[in-house]
Amino acid sequence: MNSISDKKWFRTIRTITKGLLHFPDEGNSPAERYKILRRNMIILMLLVTVVPLFFMAIINYYEYRRALKKEIVHPLRVLVSKTKHSFELFLAQRLSTVSFIASAYSFEELANEETLRRIFRVTKQEFRDFVDLGLIDCHGTQVSYVGPYKLLGKNYADQSWFHEVKVRGTYISDVFMGYRKFPHVVIAVQHLTDTGCAWILRATIDTEKFDNLIASMGLDSESDAFLLNRSGIFQTNSKFYGKILEKCPLHIPPVSYETNVVEQEDPQGREIFQASTYFVHPSFILVVVKPRSEVLKSWYTLKSELFFLFLAGILAIFLVVFKLTDILVKRIRDSDEKREAAFREIQHTQKLSSIGRLAAGVAHEINNPMAIVNEKAGLMKDIIENIPGFPQREKFLSLVEAILQSVDRCRAVTHRLLGFARRIEVQVEVLDLNDVIEEVLGFLRKEAFHRNIEIELHLPEHLPRIASDRGQLQQVFLNILNNAFAAVEDGGTVSITTWEKDSDTVAVSIRDNGCGMSKETLKHIFEPFFTSKREYGTGLGLPITYGIIKKLGGDIEAQSKEGEGTTFTVYLPKKPKEEQKNEGV
Amino acid sequence: MKSWKILLVDDEEEFVSTLAERLQLREIRADTATDGEEALSLIEAKRPHVVVLDVMMPGLSGLDVLRRIRTQYPQVQVILLTGHGSTREGIEGMRLGAFDYLMKPIDIEELIEKIRNAVESSHQETSSWGWRR
Repeated sequence: MNSISDKKWFRTIRTITKGLLHFPDEGNSPAERYKILRRNMIILMLLVTVVPLFFMAIINYYEYRRALKKEIVHPLRVLVSKTKHSFELFLAQRLSTVSFIASAYSFEELANEETLRRIFRVTKQEFRDFVDLGLIDCHGTQVSYVGPYKLLGKNYADQSWFHEVKVRGTYISDVFMGYRKFPHVVIAVQHLTDTGCAWILRATIDTEKFDNLIASMGLDSESDAFLLNRSGIFQTNSKFYGKILEKCPLHIPPVSYETNVVEQEDPQGREIFQASTYFVHPSFILVVVKPRSEVLKSWYTLKSELFFLFLAGILAIFLVVFKLTDILVKRIRDSDEKREAAFREIQHTQKLSSIGRLAAGVAHEINNPMAIVNEKAGLMKDIIENIPGFPQREKFLSLVEAILQSVDRCRAVTHRLLGFARRIEVQVEVLDLNDVIEEVLGFLRKEAFHRNIEIELHLPEHLPRIASDRGQLQQVFLNILNNAFAAVEDGGTVSITTWEKDSDTVAVSIRDNGCGMSKETLKHIFEPFFTSKREYGTGLGLPITYGIIKKLGGDIEAQSKEGEGTTFTVYLPKKPKEEQKNEGV
Repeated sequence: MKSWKILLVDDEEEFVSTLAERLQLREIRADTATDGEEALSLIEAKRPHVVVLDVMMPGLSGLDVLRRIRTQYPQVQVILLTGHGSTREGIEGMRLGAFDYLMKPIDIEELIEKIRNAVESSHQETSSWGWRR
């Protein structure tokens, strides 16, 4: 049974651990992937920090509590022992006094009322708490008596204390209400005469001294101390639990002459520490009660400090873990995205370069036969022109001219193809920016014509030539113009302006009157994977454009207003920077 | 008939023969060769003023032939023909000492103009070097 549930547990734990350590690679959407990564990291980090901290706190809590309780309970124990000692000393003193009188005087002397009165007076001078003194003979009859009661001649033979004193030699009674409703105890001592007859000297003691002893403990107002007898009857007044001779409601631990400290709840519902000890003789129990809150005051302070520290620690851990994880995941995400962007750019470049090679090959292969066609047709033309009276001369000349025109068209096509191929090759040359723009427009004129898009050109003739990469610039302007064409409605306008910005820089602005974009969109357009052409955009057109321009040492900026259009402005240096040359751009 | 001696080199037989015929019609005598080896032996034999040389040829390439001409026959002027749209070969050829270059398909009048310039410069060089008897 047990091992099966253990196995189950083990499996569950393993599944959870595996789940936490599993950082998804592919399959999930990127946002979800990073969410899972972030969640797992946070949970793991919290687990390895909070759980040990939690257990530390728990262990500390119990260890401190144990140590502190010992520390706090110890003085209580000492107090109880000391007070018990005082009580015992007091009672022993009284007992020995009575015992001394019994030994010092003979039965006959004590039986004399006069002598007994004198002894009583002397004793009372020494110990004010003696209330009376009486002599009882071996039959239990009060022989002589000094005190406030009329006890002379009374017989005690059938009372339990009389038998006890006969057995044990001495006797101290429980407290009882005596003369004028003051609590008293009785002390009795048996004395054997030489004749073998036992008589008893009996004294009553006022227990006011008990209250003094308890008061001398110096307890605070919330605490309580009292004497009980073995049947749980109060021998002194209690502050909280009852009057003298009433039954004590507290549970009293079994007989032990060591001091016992127990925690319990009193009838008022307070949590209390109860220290108690049994007297050897008489059979009293001293009980001190302290409310727990009082005893453990310093513990509570410590506890709240511990708790506060724990909470602060947890809070700090949470803050750090969340912040750290956020930063880490963001870093990972950024580098992932960068890597992916670079990867895609490489793919894109590779694709372009293979298309370029193909285009160059095709162009070359077509060029050669076209050259032959060109020459053959040219020869035909030459012959027709040179032979006078050639039949149907005009007809043939127009046919040849049509062939030559078609060859020219083919030449334009192959040149464009080769121009595209050239875009892949990286080389800096001195070029006219206006030419580059015209070349790029060559690709787009068809679309412009079909969609009735007006292209306004402001290309000043005296624009300074710049040293840059023709192919890369073609790609830049193609990208920007493609975006402009995508933005405008049919019949819209795209205008291109070039100008010399300053002695080092030439600028090109491409403005469309299309849909424009929001400020939010504008902020992100140069970031990889940000695309508004949901289905067919790679989100890389403008980032690549941006990258190329930066590589060429230039700059690009975009202004846009929703519904009014967008303007891209490209700034290009007239001369490439040294470092760019070194990089081979 | 002009006294110019021209050699046309291209791997396309149809192209060179037609071009030669057209030049003939314009009273320019032109020999033809369809590969680099043949071109070099013809140059050795006939010492043309101008060689019109295709860059892209199987075997000995146009630029190789050009290098040989420049080292062995510095008086011979070379006009490069390129089927490749890139100006790179053209530029490379110019650097190696070609007189000029043309892109295929060519315009016959343009070719003749360039040949004329080349011959003139060849004459200058010849007279200064005293090669031609």
